[in-house]
Amino acid sequence: MLLAIFAMGLVTLACRAAPFLLFGSRRPPALLDYAQRYLPPMIMVVLVFNSYKSLNLSSAPWGLPALVSGLVVAALQAWRGNALLSIVGGTALYMALARLA
Amino acid sequence: MKGRSLLGAAFSATIPVLLGYSTIGIAYGLLLVTSGLPWWLAPLSSVVVFAGAAQFMSINLLVTGAGLVEIALLTLLINARHMVYGLSLLGPFGEARRWKPYLVYALTDETYGLLTTVKPPEGASRESFFALVSALDQSYWVLGSLVGALAGALIPAAWTEGLDFALTALFIVLLVEQGRSVRVAAPYLVALAASVIALLLFGPANLLVAAILIAIAGILVLKPLVERAAASGRPGEAP
Repeated sequence: MLLAIFAMGLVTLACRAAPFLLFGSRRPPALLDYAQRYLPPMIMVVLVFNSYKSLNLSSAPWGLPALVSGLVVAALQAWRGNALLSIVGGTALYMALARLA
Repeated sequence: MKGRSLLGAAFSATIPVLLGYSTIGIAYGLLLVTSGLPWWLAPLSSVVVFAGAAQFMSINLLVTGAGLVEIALLTLLINARHMVYGLSLLGPFGEARRWKPYLVYALTDETYGLLTTVKPPEGASRESFFALVSALDQSYWVLGSLVGALAGALIPAAWTEGLDFALTALFIVLLVEQGRSVRVAAPYLVALAASVIALLLFGPANLLVAAILIAIAGILVLKPLVERAAASGRPGEAP
């Protein structure tokens, strides 16, 4: 378990350090600029999709608590831009809906 | 520049992160303890790893006894986006000497956001200011995790059911924020298609790795189309 934490720390550090180790202070190649621009949004889409992949749509409550709460989080974030509000509000809603279901 | 006022300036810059990190940190600590893991793992992870999304994901992995390779691989994928933060900070961090290792180590989504938007006070060392901002951000996170973990031991498990939705909410928030800055449809559509294809071909267990690889392949193959679409959408913007 401890090993896992340190492995994660190492991997994370490697991710953060990679550009600095590879490029020093030089300008990176254009292809990397392209990747730099489009990789983050793609990864976020995959991460959200991954959170919903095991949603049970075939029986009550048909995944509604998670789907509705997810939409509320997105709407709150788009409207107010306050991550705290979006996350706390959405999670509270989910916890309430999951209990009602 | 007096040390005190530099700290003050760094602190006021980090106030938005203070609120976010301390509460999500508490949620992380709570979730970790209610999943049956030891309380000290929360603050330790927050010091060693310092990556919220990966730390949340690791809770489930640790509980189900996932292998070291799997944990490392998933961490790599979730935190791969941090690589691109470094790319745009090559210039500013290039000047840093003493604190550079720490600055690189502590680069999170929110810290990156702050470092690329907030200006250090007049006459102050940019490096010292950046170091203070990063350190303050990390301290909020570590303290939040600690408080959450300790509180988790006291709160009945039934009350915290569903708290893990906070991770999904975090990802959705990050996605919306990406939507604000990257306004071309291509990456989102490619990633969505890649996710569906990956799910059908490789199943839910291997989804993350498969989907990201397919998405990267897709966006590279479609590069000319994507750049044309981006150029016509916003004239004058570099692809």
